[in-house]
Parts: sequence; C-alpha cells; structure tokens
Amino acid sequence: MSELRITRRTVLGGFGAAAVTAILPRGGRVLAQEGEPLKIAFVYVGPIGDLGWTWAHDQGRLAIEEAFPNVETSYLESVPENPSDAERVIRDFAQKGNKIIFTTSFGYMDPTINVAKDFPDTVFIHISGYKTAENVGTGFGKIEEPRYVAGQIAGKMAATGQLGYVAAFPIPEVIRGINAFTLGVRSTNPEAVVKVVWTNTWFDPQKERQAAEALLDGGAEVIAQHQDTPGPMQAAQDRGKYGVGYNADMSSYAPEAVLTCPIWNWAAFYIPTVQAVIDGTWESSQYWGGWQDGVVDLSPIGPMVPEDVKAAAEAEIELFKKGEKTIFTIFSGPLKDQNGEERVAAGVEMTDQEILNMDWFVEGVEGEIPS
Amino acid sequence: MSEVWTTDFLTAVLAAAIPAGTAILFACLGELLAERAGVLNLGVEGMMLMGALGGFAFCYWTDSAWIGAIGALAAGAAMATIHAVLTVSLRANQVVSGLALTLFGTGLSSYLGRNLVGKPAPDRFSDLAIPVLHEIPGLGRILFDQDALVYISFVLVPLLWLWVYRTRQGLELRAVGERPEAADAMGLSVTGLRYAYVIVGGALAGLGGAAISLGTNPGWTEGMTAGRGWIAVALVIFAGWNPARAALGAYLFGGVEAAQFRLQSIGIGVSPFFLNMLPYLFTILVLVLATGEAARRRIGAPAALGRPYLREERG
Repeated sequence: MSELRITRRTVLGGFGAAAVTAILPRGGRVLAQEGEPLKIAFVYVGPIGDLGWTWAHDQGRLAIEEAFPNVETSYLESVPENPSDAERVIRDFAQKGNKIIFTTSFGYMDPTINVAKDFPDTVFIHISGYKTAENVGTGFGKIEEPRYVAGQIAGKMAATGQLGYVAAFPIPEVIRGINAFTLGVRSTNPEAVVKVVWTNTWFDPQKERQAAEALLDGGAEVIAQHQDTPGPMQAAQDRGKYGVGYNADMSSYAPEAVLTCPIWNWAAFYIPTVQAVIDGTWESSQYWGGWQDGVVDLSPIGPMVPEDVKAAAEAEIELFKKGEKTIFTIFSGPLKDQNGEERVAAGVEMTDQEILNMDWFVEGVEGEIPS
Repeated sequence: MSEVWTTDFLTAVLAAAIPAGTAILFACLGELLAERAGVLNLGVEGMMLMGALGGFAFCYWTDSAWIGAIGALAAGAAMATIHAVLTVSLRANQVVSGLALTLFGTGLSSYLGRNLVGKPAPDRFSDLAIPVLHEIPGLGRILFDQDALVYISFVLVPLLWLWVYRTRQGLELRAVGERPEAADAMGLSVTGLRYAYVIVGGALAGLGGAAISLGTNPGWTEGMTAGRGWIAVALVIFAGWNPARAALGAYLFGGVEAAQFRLQSIGIGVSPFFLNMLPYLFTILVLVLATGEAARRRIGAPAALGRPYLREERG
C-alpha cells in the first residue's frame, strides 16, 4: 500500500489575491505573471521524509518557493511507477492548471510524454529519462563525479582492499555509478575490488541492511550504496567499518561510519528552469549537469578520514568544480571490463551515449549484471 | 556450491535471519491473536509504522529504548482501538476498516514524523551477548547474540502457544473466534474479548515496528516497514494460526532475505526475483491446499473470522 497525499503550500500569502507583480530591480525582468501565482507541481516516487532521493527533490521544490515570490507548488508522494497511476496523477496536476510539472523518477517517462501531448502549454520536466517532446525536457546530474571522488577516499580507507556496494537495480544509472566509484577506488588503491549485491528495491531499510551485512561478512571494509535509506551505513557502523552513503548527508544515522555521501542539489537545475519558463525563454532540452553546475556534490568528509586523504580529495573536488575534470575524464581509456578485456582504448573518451547506456562492469568490480 | 554448505555460511545466514524476521514475527503474532478472536485486521502495516514512529519518538524524547518500546506498544494499541470500535462495536466491514487504517497509519506517521527524519537515535536495542551461552559454537551466534527485542520474541512464542492451546483463556479466545454464539451462551463477553485481542494484537504490531526503528535500523524514515505488515498478514495463514509456526514462517522469510545476498556475494546466481517470491509462494500454496471447508478447518482458520457478531442473530 502506498500513500497518496496532496499538500499545497502557498508562500507569502500577501501575494495572493492582491495581484502583486514582482519586478527585478535591474533589467526590469518580470519574475512572475501578474495576479495568479505560477503553479508548479512535483510527482515523487517515494515519501519526502525518506532523507533520500525524494527528499533531495523536495529540497529543490522548497528552494523554488524561496527564490520566487509568486509561485505556488504542490506535490504528490509515493506515486507508483505503473503507467495508469502515474498518468492519472500527472494528468490531474496538468488539469489543475500547473504550468510546470516535474516528474522525478525514471518510470514516469512514458506517462509524462503521453500527458504532455494533451497539454501543449504546460512544461514537463522528466528526471532521469531520455524521451523529450516540444514541451517535455529532461534533467539529470553527473552524480558519478562525486561518486568517483568518494571512491578515492574509500580506497584509502579500505586497508585490505575489499569494498562492498549495495545496489538497487541493474540499470545503466546504477551500473555507471558502480563503475565510477570503482575507478575512484582503484586510483588510490590499485589492487582493490568492489563486490556488488543487488537488492531489487530502491527503498527497504531492513533489506538494504541485510545486503550490507552479507558484504561485511565477506570481508568488506567500506560499504557504498545506490539505495535510498541509511540501512547499509548503519550496518557498517555496527561492525566498526566505513560507508559511503547516497542522496543526502546520512552521517546523522551512522556518524562513525559515513566517510562522505554523493548528494544532489536539484535547486541548481530547478531554479534556472523555472526562471526560463517565466521569461518565456524555455526550450526543450536534455539537461545533464555536473559538479561544475552545482547540481551534484559531496557531503562534508567525516572526521575519521586522515588529513592527507582529505586534502587530496579536496584538491580533486576543486578540479571537478572548475570543470578541469568531468565524467568524461573518469570514463576515458584505457578501460578494461571485469574480465580484463579492453573496452576503451588509451586516450579515448567515452561518449555521452556510451556512458548513459553502460551495461558492463569495469575491472575491479566483482559481481554479475543479471540479464 | 561447496561454500554454501559450510557451518560458517549457514551460521551467518541463520544469525541474520532472526533479526530480519523479528519485526514480522511480532506483527504476525499480533494478527494471529486478533484473527483467533474472529477479527481480521488488515491495518497491520499502518500499525507497524505508527509503532516504528512511536517507538523512535519516545526513545528520542526520553533517551531510553525501553520507554520507546512502551511507546510503540501504545501507538499500535491506539490504532487497533479504532479498528476494534469500528469492527466490533459498529460492526463495520473488517476489510475496509483495516485497509483504511493502513492508509491512515502510513499518512499519519509521515505527518507526525516530519521533524524526526534524520535525527540520531539516542538509544537503541543493541546486540546483547548472553554470558556463556553465546560461546556455544554456531548456536551461540544464532540464538544468544541478538538484541533484547529478539529475546522477548523468543519468550513470547512459547508463551502464546501455551496461552492459545493450553489455558482456559485460550479456549475462550478460540471459542470467540470459532462460535461466538456458543461463547456468548457460555457467558463470555464476545465484545470484550474481541476488543482485548484486537488491541493486544495492534500493540504487538507496533512493537514489530519498533524492532526496526529501535533495533535493526535505528531512526525514523517514512514508510520504513516497507510492506512487512502485509507479509505478516499472509504469514498468519501460512502459520495456520499457530504461534510456533508463525515463528517458523517469519524466520523463513528472514532467512530467504539473508541468504539471497550471501549467495550473491559468493557469486551464486539464484534469481533474486525467485527468492523474493518464495514467502508469497508458500502462502499461496497453503491457500490452495486450504480451499474447501474441510481443509479450511484442518489448517485452523477460525470459523467466525471476518464475521461481526450480533447477539440477535444467534441461533
């Protein structure tokens, strides 16, 4: 049973019926239409209190409310990814006069496209998909960049060179995250191996913990995760080992274990998108932002990390922030797959499409990709 | 395959199966009591969530996991009281009331828990090795190196078994669930007993939630029981309304969960979809085997399960 709830929040009630027009002091750009607030809706796959994927998107929604005085946002949590439920929810938001609708999970791709056909004046932003239309854009971030640096730290912290990775589903998004992490690990600990187990769920605290315990029983010194709950971090802490979380800073749940967490900062994408719609300059595009754009980041590095390791990581972070390193420098040859066969020749960078569709593990990953 | 049949591997799986199954076990025992009294409670998932939240909240405020556990019992019991009023006193449809309470509990727990998300747990039920016993090879790690709630469940299962099958109160409980008319004629209060067992059942579901929020995954995240309440409802049928078999079912479920990741990590490709399906498959098998009135009696379904009792209809 999943729960459906609509919460509507109107910020700054004074802007309601009084029809106030907000104007930027310089440039005279109209921030919002006169009168009626701009309505923006969010479709979430999980609960906003998961401190994970959905929570991160909701932080983006709150940032929009903060940044624009005359917008009204609403959201619906735990919307199933099946076509009928998702389409009904998205259509309902469109009919209620929302002008921008963010659909924040891969499974909403086709429902978003379907509804968009009937509402040409509404802008739809689908997160993590690949289908676009005149009024449908996509957005995603290069979380692999912070995952790579997290891997560099983890490699240094795993004395025996054994690491574990609790992974949700065998889809390209998760696979390339594992690869980026492993490449980071092996850049500081060349012989290290990263063992992968699949949970087949995004959100199940007990199951994720179980998966981590299995890896810890197998000798893993650091547990990384592509999951939405802190279960794996708690398992690592209870065994006196380390962990790399995901989505949000999970250190409050396992302060002695969490080295750092690759995190999302959706505001960096959402605010310019809303601004472009208000300005009338929005055009459908496939946004894929990196560390340089601020849409991804690492949470503060934990106190258990030695100063020299921390300093090296911070230097690396600077390179990514300046754009001197990117996802393309991570995935540049020579790259071998887990059987030792060369997949990318020396000096060659993988293309966007090759990275986005990655379906093989790099050398150093132990585990199978179920077909 | 040889790696699987080592004592180390089996010990690790069994030692992990027990904490993983404990949350389900408490909820399953609670549901079993309510159903034995003739009241189907599909609100278990909502009650577990309220228990998980109540447990963590009281622990957070008082720094004591034990007070948290009491809070979890109270939260589950409060939810179950609503179910009892609706289904026993007002004779509402038990299925509808239960489903409504699951939705209500899910929503209410996320609303009330908003400010507790991400808060560190000041206390929890940590693993507590029992002196001497935990040193028994194999068995020690499986049975005697667990948290306090697990030990409570170890004691609760035989106690409930004795209660249901070997005491006068158990006989009364079964009478209310089998033939409420007869129980009424015997001078038992059908309403009173049904209230009592539904509320105790809800309290146990709440404690099941706390086994997660104060045990395996200390802290509060919305929806953290992730469907375990539904598994508990299914396991009651698998268990044939018998507390001992409920424990077997819960540990079987926990064992499947624990085994699948360990098999994966040593490179044995059993489809996780297949393993995830197993507990449900067992339940369906039991249901299939249990069609027909005679078989229904044999697996032990209370005859008056799901039927509101109205004295005027006696006869």
